Amino acid sequence: MAQVLLIEDDPSIRRGLGMALGRHGHQVRSAETGEEGLRQSRDARPEVVVLDLMLPGIDGFEVCRRLRADSHVPIIMLTAKGDDFDVVGGLEAGADDYVVKPVLPRVLDARIRAVLRRGAPEPRRTETHAGLTIDRSGMTVTKDGDPVSLTPTELRVLLELSRSPGQVLSRRQLLQSVWEHDYLGDSRLVDNCVQRLRAKIESDPTSPVFVQTVRGFGYRFGPV
Amino acid sequence: MPRWLTGLRVRLLLAFVLVTVVGAVAAAWASYGSARGSLVSEAQQRTTEDVQRRVGSVAIDLTYPPDQEALDRLRSAVGGPALVTYGRLTSAEGADLGLLTGTLRAAVRERNALVLQRVTPASGPKLLVGTPVVKTTVDGERRPSGIEVYAVRDLMPTQQQIDASAQAAVRTSALALPLAIVLALLAARRVLRPVRELRGTARRFARGDLDVRLRVRGSDELAELSGTFNHMAAELQASVAELRRMETDARRFVADVSHELRTPLTTLTAVAEVLEAEAGQMRRDARDSTLLAVEETRKLTRLVEDLIEVSRFDAGAATLRLEDVDVGGAVEDCLRARGWGERVELDAPEEIGAVLDRRRLDVLVANLVGNALRHGRPPVRVRLRADEREVEVVVVDHGPGLPEGGAERVFARFYKADIARTRSEGSGLGLAIAVENARLHGGDIDAGNEPGAGARFVVRLPRFPEEDP
Repeated sequence: MAQVLLIEDDPSIRRGLGMALGRHGHQVRSAETGEEGLRQSRDARPEVVVLDLMLPGIDGFEVCRRLRADSHVPIIMLTAKGDDFDVVGGLEAGADDYVVKPVLPRVLDARIRAVLRRGAPEPRRTETHAGLTIDRSGMTVTKDGDPVSLTPTELRVLLELSRSPGQVLSRRQLLQSVWEHDYLGDSRLVDNCVQRLRAKIESDPTSPVFVQTVRGFGYRFGPV
Repeated sequence: MPRWLTGLRVRLLLAFVLVTVVGAVAAAWASYGSARGSLVSEAQQRTTEDVQRRVGSVAIDLTYPPDQEALDRLRSAVGGPALVTYGRLTSAEGADLGLLTGTLRAAVRERNALVLQRVTPASGPKLLVGTPVVKTTVDGERRPSGIEVYAVRDLMPTQQQIDASAQAAVRTSALALPLAIVLALLAARRVLRPVRELRGTARRFARGDLDVRLRVRGSDELAELSGTFNHMAAELQASVAELRRMETDARRFVADVSHELRTPLTTLTAVAEVLEAEAGQMRRDARDSTLLAVEETRKLTRLVEDLIEVSRFDAGAATLRLEDVDVGGAVEDCLRARGWGERVELDAPEEIGAVLDRRRLDVLVANLVGNALRHGRPPVRVRLRADEREVEVVVVDHGPGLPEGGAERVFARFYKADIARTRSEGSGLGLAIAVENARLHGGDIDAGNEPGAGARFVVRLPRFPEEDP
């Protein structure tokens, strides 16, 4: 199904998860350290990276930041801690999603498939809202004529919100439609992604025009 | 009783004023008393000498026995209201002579000496002087002449002087009162300032500012108290620091343990899924072993997850992530996700919006319902209610209910209601975690039995907790 790069220092986990994901039809390469993971992601161009946070040498946060610096490859963090700080740190470093160890391979498989689907184009024409042009079939966004570089997750959030301008989508709805999470997703994924999206498309991220917060309900596109 | 009536300041003030005023009054009255005594004796002295002098000046020339004319002369010499007697002869002039009682006259005759008497009729205080006239014979012998002189002298001026000194005493005492109050206030302030400082410092300390200390001035009891307080504060600060260090260690330990335990479990979980998929093609004993290993891996995973969760509560590392939650929807999702939709009756009347930690609410409901399904009997009912302040989630089953005394112990870790019960699906930590989750929200869970049904667990959570804890 997908080219997966698993960056994980524990050899047993590398083998066990590698085997299990292989049975789900993925081609898994693995790296033992962050440095090797970065090198492999440059060489092999994986479609998705599964990244352990606790790595020797440069840790998962740093790997995540360096990957994000020049690539939009979806990153799923594999965290051994449920501590909020870890998750938030990982999300701020640019991860798209996270799972907590021990993870069921079928859950990880579902998350991998979900991040891959985010890059899928839609059969709809281009639309423009106050200088922001969204090409749904070409999967590109320009602001005032300049291309905006979005990750698949950021793009998918923007597409979901702009599908019905002026209508509020709850964090839960966004979690289900973009992340395809089960009923109990983590709304911080949404908040974090919206923050990154605003930083890229809003003229003034502190008083957003395109992606507005509706306190107590969720987010709304426009009205612009 | 308001504070200003019962406070230390008022008590100090009253004591101080009382002592001062009593002292001032006593001193004033003592001086008044002595002034009064000396004024009276001085007046008597003067009057007596005056009368004697006047009598003496006339008595020299008296002829004996005296006649009426001599008596009149003597009386006018004495002046004022006076009475002179010689046997039957009397010469009287002036008011108030009625004051001269027989007693006085008898005393003069008896003692043959000058007698004084103070009386206080309506007309004002008077001094009565009675004296026999002594005649000196040619050979120098002094013998009573039988003439008696009585004079009435007005003591009013002296009385006025005495009154004036009494008023002075009262004024002095009255003046002492405001002075005493001012002095008492100053003294109270001196005493109370350190007390107030102590109170303020203790309050700041209680609010968590563990660095505050008192300035120690002087070497009195208050300084000693400040020193003791500082010592206590330092000891407490050290204990708190120690506790915090232990807490930090505990948190780190939890993180380490969680990582260490989850690493092998991650591998086991991954491998178990592969084995489970292959189990169909295995020989029977291998298949049974595999499925058993897979099942035990799941249990172990759940136990470790629960242990880590409990450790996190113990370390104070559990945090709430509050968000707007539709409670009915969340509970429904929780039941559906675990495949309990069919086996549990949900009674959620209207949409209940609340601010909760959705994940913790899910764990809470799942643990209670899971417990009811395992240890109770169907039907299991979940009832939701809410008012402005709190949300109530009630889970009731139709099993045997909680045993006697089980209501308190049911939330204990690894509590087994039935000793003979075989090891079940649960980790034995579910209810302990549920109650911790409720308390983290600022709520609680009550366990008991529902009449006509089985065990009943009532969860109460604040509906809209304060934004700022």
